[in-house]
Amino acid sequence: MFTYYLQLGLRSLKRNPILTALMVVGIALGIAASMTTLTVMHLMGSDPIPWKSDKLHYVQLDSWSPDEPANDDGSPPDQVTYRDATALMEAAKADKQAAMFKLVLPVQPENPEVKPFQSLVRVTYTDFFGMFEPPFQYGGPWDRKQDTEHARVLVLSKDVNEKLFGGQDSVGKTVRMNGIDYSVVGVLDEWKLRSKYYDLTNGAFSDPEEMYMPFTTAVDLKQRGSGNNNCWRSPGNGWESYLESECVWMQMWVQLDSPARLAEYHSFLDNYVNEQKKLGRFQRPLNNRLLDVNQWMADQRVVSSDVQVQTGLGFAFLAVCLVNTIGLLLAKFTRKAGEVGLRRALGASRREVFKQFLIESGVIGLSGGLLGLLLTGLGLLAIRALYTEYRTVASLDWTMVLTTIVLAVASALLAGLYPTWRACRVQPAAQLKV
Amino acid sequence: MEIRPIFSALMRSKVSMILIGLQVALTLAIVCNALFIISERLDRMDRPSGMNEADTFWFGSTGFGQGFDVNGVQQSDLQLLRRLPGVAAATSVLSVPMSGGGWSTGISLQPNQRTSTASTAMYATDAQGLDTYGVKLVAGRNFKQEEVVARSINDRGVPSVIIVTRALADALFPGGDAIGKQVYLENDGPTSTIIGIVERAQTPWMGSDFIENATFSPSYMPYGTSTRFLVRAEPGRRDEVMKTIEQKMQEANPSRIIGRLRSIEQVRREAYSGDRAMAIILGVVIAALLAITALGIVGMASFWVAQRTKQIGTRRALGATKFDILRYFQTENFIITTLGLVAGGVLAYALSLWLMHAYQSPRLPWYYVPVGFLCLWMLGQLAVLGPALRASRVPPAVATRSV
Repeated sequence: MFTYYLQLGLRSLKRNPILTALMVVGIALGIAASMTTLTVMHLMGSDPIPWKSDKLHYVQLDSWSPDEPANDDGSPPDQVTYRDATALMEAAKADKQAAMFKLVLPVQPENPEVKPFQSLVRVTYTDFFGMFEPPFQYGGPWDRKQDTEHARVLVLSKDVNEKLFGGQDSVGKTVRMNGIDYSVVGVLDEWKLRSKYYDLTNGAFSDPEEMYMPFTTAVDLKQRGSGNNNCWRSPGNGWESYLESECVWMQMWVQLDSPARLAEYHSFLDNYVNEQKKLGRFQRPLNNRLLDVNQWMADQRVVSSDVQVQTGLGFAFLAVCLVNTIGLLLAKFTRKAGEVGLRRALGASRREVFKQFLIESGVIGLSGGLLGLLLTGLGLLAIRALYTEYRTVASLDWTMVLTTIVLAVASALLAGLYPTWRACRVQPAAQLKV
Repeated sequence: MEIRPIFSALMRSKVSMILIGLQVALTLAIVCNALFIISERLDRMDRPSGMNEADTFWFGSTGFGQGFDVNGVQQSDLQLLRRLPGVAAATSVLSVPMSGGGWSTGISLQPNQRTSTASTAMYATDAQGLDTYGVKLVAGRNFKQEEVVARSINDRGVPSVIIVTRALADALFPGGDAIGKQVYLENDGPTSTIIGIVERAQTPWMGSDFIENATFSPSYMPYGTSTRFLVRAEPGRRDEVMKTIEQKMQEANPSRIIGRLRSIEQVRREAYSGDRAMAIILGVVIAALLAITALGIVGMASFWVAQRTKQIGTRRALGATKFDILRYFQTENFIITTLGLVAGGVLAYALSLWLMHAYQSPRLPWYYVPVGFLCLWMLGQLAVLGPALRASRVPPAVATRSV
């Protein structure tokens, strides 16, 4: 019977092409608006490293001015000072730990055909690679010894290895930056990051780094980072006093493998700050935070309020489209009262009539879903054109494709329920009178 | 015209009436709030930076190799830039309005104040700075070249003289007598004397709560081996100058990288790309929403006309004119739309309250809803016009046919 009802449905849809088109387009538009915005919101906020996001914690210490909080809501500064970062690295109380910042350095390629260019460098410790797990194509990270020895070594991204060495295994080769030679120890494979969650201070969707360099090596360059720098007290003059200052400009991540370790580390931080208080620093009340990846992303509003409002609007629009479809289906089914009467008189049960009309609604939903999928694709293209930085989050994956179709069919069935119920209640006798 | 028969007819198809009304209500609520968000974004995008945006562009130069003399190269670059044909003025800068990156600090009236009196963006530039930015000096005087000090980002020092924006001058000295006054850029540091006031210069950050507070400091301030230059071309010659400049700079000194040249118009576009995108997306949703609602009304009205063909024929046979029939359907739509709009008005304010609560957005101005009423009334009347005209053409003879 299912195929027969499907045929009946299709024929009935063909009979009123304009009304049918109106319903299909209505559902498709509603689906496209809601799915385009939902996809962006879903991908933006999705867990970037689900297998360990609850183990990675972002360290925040309240080293801010005694006179005012760092943020209006009383939360501690979003970065740490050089003093605290190096002290925590030295203590090494976490399972893994990495302080980091970013730097721009001029690269002087050996190959005369490649023009010198500016390169964005992530300055960090070897644990960075163990914590955030970027895939390696050649070689691997530098080791702990090289961290302490201020080794002039680099890990290259796939792109920059392509640019400098034509994608060859460049481990052991040297890269000259601002007159200093560094040797390559590893090359990353393509690292697909939806958001740059390990450093959200300059926007979650800013460009990833092209190289990675040991922290100790980079600090020797006496060059300021290219990220945010905030000071509540003047750093004074010169590089050394900047390092000693209360300016915050580093991100600090720790990996803590169990809740017990997290609690231990929290009390270690509190002890550290209490010790520092004796030296006259940290004059604010104890206010240390260890948010995990997802908490930190929520705190930093990775999913912007604009995207949330757009998603809300997308679903409100879908609601209007559904109300519209209910009205049109009602009109259509009411017109077919005669046909229903005839079928009922010939012995079809209410149940059968109900099935028939629900299948007709389903066909509309499926068509709307397919068209909606196409429009969602276009919508995402438009989002990528409007927000160039969202290219990593404005793409469809299989879950979203499936969600789109299911949402469309479910919406149409939902919209068809009341009209179908009304159609079933037709009294055969009333319809068959002339 | 009697409303009563229309009303009692409507009461017989309550569900359809509620559906159209609901659609109109949701449409009104969404359209009002979305339009308000769009207008807010357009207002934001319309804010003047205080600069000459049409003729200016900026770029960075980063030297490399040991022994790169950043200060020396900066000076020769400035001379080179100022001699180039088509260049009206050039200066070295730390940042420009709307660029998103820069330096800000607190500014105080007393030494060691617990909290500063105002926040300000800091623009480091030389005696040609105001002229190159194109900001308008409204009081006091410009910097003299001998007041410009060579510093660096690690050694920023405190300028002895500064020029501030009107907004900052008013925040510091509400009496309007800022010229000649001394302020503190560092808690216990030496004082800086305000020697001039410019009409307006925005900070580099579009979302900052001190967007009109800026301070110009007479200093050359390279960032490591990088210097940024701001160039103002003669009117109409910006693109021409931009094309040749990289090569000229490379020729003068090859051991450096010239960064991307960006016109200030481009800087503005990038600064407001999010607002622009939001306005466009909301605009598209509004258009689609109005279209769906209008089509829904057309579809429903067509159905009613078809359903009532016989009654219409009867009415015509009993003496109703074509105009009476037309008016019947127009009035019917007016009633449904009005009921929907009343509900929608309440919904619009509720939505606005929720947005205020969840996103700290401002309150929806009262006039959006009445204007929305007018627009949707019009939309409804236009949408129903086609089916209503079709109804008015139903011949009276239909009444006499049996099926």
